[in-house]
Amino acid sequence: MSEKSRAGGAAAPRRPRTPSALLKFVMAVSGVFLLLYVVLHMIGNLKIFFGPAAIDEYASWLRTILEPALPYEGMLWIVRVVLLVSVIAHIWSATVLTLRARRARPIKYAGGSYRVKGSYAARTMRWGGVIIALFVIYHLLDLTFGVANPNGVHLEVYDNIAAGFAPERWYVTLFYVLAVVALGFHVQHGIFSGIQTLGWSSNSRERTIKVVSTVFAVVLTLGFISVPLAVTFGVV
Amino acid sequence: MKLTLKVWRQRDAIDKGRLATYDVEAHEDMSFLEMLDVLNEELITSGEDPVAFDHDCREGICGTCSMVIDGQPHGPQRATTTCQLHMRHYNDGDTIVIEPFRSGAFPVIKDLIVDRGAFDKVIQAGGYISANTGSAPEANANAVQKEHADRAFAAANCIGCGACVAACPNGSASLFLGAKLTHLGELPQGQPERYQRVVEMVQTHEDAGFGGCTNTGACATACPKEIPLDVISQLNRDYLAATVGGKKKG
Amino acid sequence: MTDANSHQNHSDTDSGTGLYSDYTTGEPVVDKAVPSGPIETRWERRRFGVKLVNPANKRSKKVIVVGSGLAGGAASATLGEAGYQVKTFCYQDSPRRAHSIAAQGGINAAKNYRNDGDSVYRLFYDTVKGGDFRARESNVHRLAEISRQIIDQCVAQGVPFARDYGGLLDTRSFGGVQVSRTFYARGQTGQQLLLGAYQALERQVQAGTVEMFTRHEMLELIVVEGRARGIVARDMVTGEIEVHTADAVVLCSGGYGNVFYLSTNAKGCNVTAGWRAHRKGALFANPCFTQIHPTCIPVSGDHQSKLTLMSESLRNDGRVWVPTKLGDDRGPNEIPHEERDYFLERKYPAFGNLVPRDIASRAAKEVCDEQRGVGPGGLGVYLDFDDAIQRLGRKAVEAKYGNLFEMYERITGENPYEVPMRIYPAVHYTMGGLWVDYDLQSTIPGLYVGGEANFSDHGANRLGASALMQGLADGYFVLPVTIGDYIAKHNLDDVPEDAPEVQEAVKSVTDRIDQLLSINGTRTVDSFHRELGQIMWDYCGMERSEEGLRKALDRIPELRREFWSNVKVPGTGAELNQSLEKAGRVADFLELGELMCLDALVRRESCGGHFRAESQTEDGEAQRDDENFSFTSAWEYTGRGQAPVLHQEELVFEYVHPTQRSYK
Repeated sequence: MSEKSRAGGAAAPRRPRTPSALLKFVMAVSGVFLLLYVVLHMIGNLKIFFGPAAIDEYASWLRTILEPALPYEGMLWIVRVVLLVSVIAHIWSATVLTLRARRARPIKYAGGSYRVKGSYAARTMRWGGVIIALFVIYHLLDLTFGVANPNGVHLEVYDNIAAGFAPERWYVTLFYVLAVVALGFHVQHGIFSGIQTLGWSSNSRERTIKVVSTVFAVVLTLGFISVPLAVTFGVV
Repeated sequence: MKLTLKVWRQRDAIDKGRLATYDVEAHEDMSFLEMLDVLNEELITSGEDPVAFDHDCREGICGTCSMVIDGQPHGPQRATTTCQLHMRHYNDGDTIVIEPFRSGAFPVIKDLIVDRGAFDKVIQAGGYISANTGSAPEANANAVQKEHADRAFAAANCIGCGACVAACPNGSASLFLGAKLTHLGELPQGQPERYQRVVEMVQTHEDAGFGGCTNTGACATACPKEIPLDVISQLNRDYLAATVGGKKKG
Repeated sequence: MTDANSHQNHSDTDSGTGLYSDYTTGEPVVDKAVPSGPIETRWERRRFGVKLVNPANKRSKKVIVVGSGLAGGAASATLGEAGYQVKTFCYQDSPRRAHSIAAQGGINAAKNYRNDGDSVYRLFYDTVKGGDFRARESNVHRLAEISRQIIDQCVAQGVPFARDYGGLLDTRSFGGVQVSRTFYARGQTGQQLLLGAYQALERQVQAGTVEMFTRHEMLELIVVEGRARGIVARDMVTGEIEVHTADAVVLCSGGYGNVFYLSTNAKGCNVTAGWRAHRKGALFANPCFTQIHPTCIPVSGDHQSKLTLMSESLRNDGRVWVPTKLGDDRGPNEIPHEERDYFLERKYPAFGNLVPRDIASRAAKEVCDEQRGVGPGGLGVYLDFDDAIQRLGRKAVEAKYGNLFEMYERITGENPYEVPMRIYPAVHYTMGGLWVDYDLQSTIPGLYVGGEANFSDHGANRLGASALMQGLADGYFVLPVTIGDYIAKHNLDDVPEDAPEVQEAVKSVTDRIDQLLSINGTRTVDSFHRELGQIMWDYCGMERSEEGLRKALDRIPELRREFWSNVKVPGTGAELNQSLEKAGRVADFLELGELMCLDALVRRESCGGHFRAESQTEDGEAQRDDENFSFTSAWEYTGRGQAPVLHQEELVFEYVHPTQRSYK
């Protein structure tokens, strides 16, 4: 006598895995930290429009926040540690989710892939994320460690920027702009997605959230690209 | 009208499968499935194996029909199941690609038929209110605010067809899951088990091999019953309240 | 047509002696389960009278449920909760897809929330009268009593019924009833109720009390020592033939409207489970009682595979008409008001467009028979919202019927705000089914039948919003009680797998499959099914006559013989084979159709959905004949194509006295 139920999914039972909803929560929370940092970074960058001294002073100030309660560069390191943890958490959960997605959707449709209107940002989160990560590495080598910068002197922020985005290095500017645009798309869907993941979205709020995240992303992108463009085109 | 069909043929779960090309003469008043009926009648008469596809009520409510037409689950028409799609949306000479729902959690059984048993598993994990027959209090003892009742209904509208999974680039069933959680979570009767339910169902969804949600919205756009995307937000809210927020006891 | 005796290459041939219509009359059949005494307390007394199963013993008792719709799903869940070992079978890929899901209108319950004078007794009265006095009073009264508990149960499960602004349950009046007792969830009440039962069922699957067998089809009943002890089922994916045994078997396998090929039933709906039981000795009652629903979308061509129902509520505001002039081929909007025949309003001024289903259907057929029908083949009448749009405004009409209009447009490509809808009657529900007693037990002990599969509660015509009520009443509240009684009274030994009855049942299934696969003729299964459907629709549809029925009784056996000699079923039995599944079902429809025609022929009266041309009043209305036909026809099978035996169950009306229905 054969007895069986066919209420079964794909493969043989495996060890229960961490729910994707939890990984998405990790992504959302780490994303919030990264986003906060990016916003402050963008605002800081705009100091360059107030002259070389303004941005150099700002860089020094960053190192003396809350002195003497904190040692020199204390706050900076706290921020760096939080950022590093966030980046690792963000990339790690993204990787796990991507691998899961591959397994959950192993075969592409021959009749064309299903695309929702206006979902470009959503569909490019993964590759966009990779581009941003590569850019961040270059960006650190360029303006933090200075090894990829023609000037490359610690705390000579203005000179480093001016040298890095000099007109003859237009390709660096171009790369920067493209990376920031990728960041803009990433942030646009990231904000919407994060709000959804944290459970704060609703049908009535959905439109507003989408508009706000788009405006936010556009402002952020413009803020960031204004600096290298201004340098390359000799505005500052 | 003369149409060229490229149809996924796969003998059984093990077979690798391939797209086969057929010509079929259709009429604009036919439904999409009636067009496939015509093809099958011809195949049978000429001694070939007809195309196996799932279908039952043919009025858009049972959720049995499940195919991807030119890359779109249930085809191009908004809020329409395959069985309600009609051939007047196509033109003479069109080529149509027909494939099964693609998802690791929905293995192909034959041709266009997939096994959606994973959905039943997800419901078994907690997609119900525990109310033994005979134990119910008087129906009007609990008033339910109209907006809650309406939202519960909008979510309960899900027909469990799996188009959301088929459309999702991550193979996630979050819309299906969120719909059931929202339906039961909006009602006073659903409260006692609310947080237990979400944790169990999310875990089962995970173990069935569905992917995670990246909020692309493909599911809600493909959904023939237009289940709103915010049921996924509700899912996340309840899940985080239960786990991170510690509302699930024991 | 082929010679009657030229194809006898199988054991179960049609070589029956004499004509099928030469039925014989056997002993009357009597419902022995029903308690006597006052009707109000019969169910209570029956429940008190049952023997209970010791809770510890329940775990070792097995029940098989075939079908997972409202009746089957509810029965499985409740039997599982009670602690029995339940095995539930459905042909769909999930129990949630049973065709109960497609019911639109609502579910009746005598809650009297509107304080409009409703009561259990009134619901009982309306249902007996609506059934045109061909239902059993005791069953109907029980149904009315239980209706109230059903609503409580469903609300507790989270069924999202419509509510008013105060948060309480909303009701509407439905199907021409004077009280507002129909609970609903938009136009998807069946879906929501079924999902409630489905979820309760899946909860028991999780609890381990119910084992679910999806994509399984019952192909034979196992009867051992006169008792139903199990089924033979085919795994529709692997083709494996499986034996499942139990202490009792419950069939909740739905109706047989698909015998007409075109109906509002799902494509998979079939009579096989019930018919197999009938062949094993269960009596089949009132097979000719079918309900034809007036508001369906008409057939658009030969390719048509199924018909779609448009909610009856459309008749609240829509006006039904055809052109007055014969052969008027102008577009509907070009026909002036005075050249339109609003035939329902003309013939039935009191009820107008709201006359009951059977009346509206027949009136539409009449005007189409007069060649005044509209649309392809002249098989349609207009349902016009022009007046409603002018009176209420397009917005109001949209709010009320928007989703239905959208559905209509999706299917027909016509915009009903601008062009009147076309509608035509279609087969919708079958009131007949396996004969059961008050306990819902068939004439085979241990075989229970619930929902549309039995004949019990609707008589000759089912009222709107009563099917859901009956399915759930049977499943949640009746079957679990009466099956418990049976199990407690009969402590049965397990059936060994090598028992001759089991082997014989398996062999008959495999033989039949082998035979279907080996014919390798030239016609597809669907072509036979379509032809059978056309015969049934023409001669056993909205109007039946002796002449027509005799014609059908000649043609169906011929068609059946051709089927068994010329059908083409590709593939093998050891795989998913949808042609083979269909072939088995159509083979059974080819036998059932004949019995339906015979039943219609024998019942020389008009009642409910059964209209005999020979039995009508002077103005063409149905004429019941209580003197000669106040009985249930319960048919006994004697062999394929052989004259069956008619057993009559006398109907006694102690409470509701038969009157002629009038809607003038």
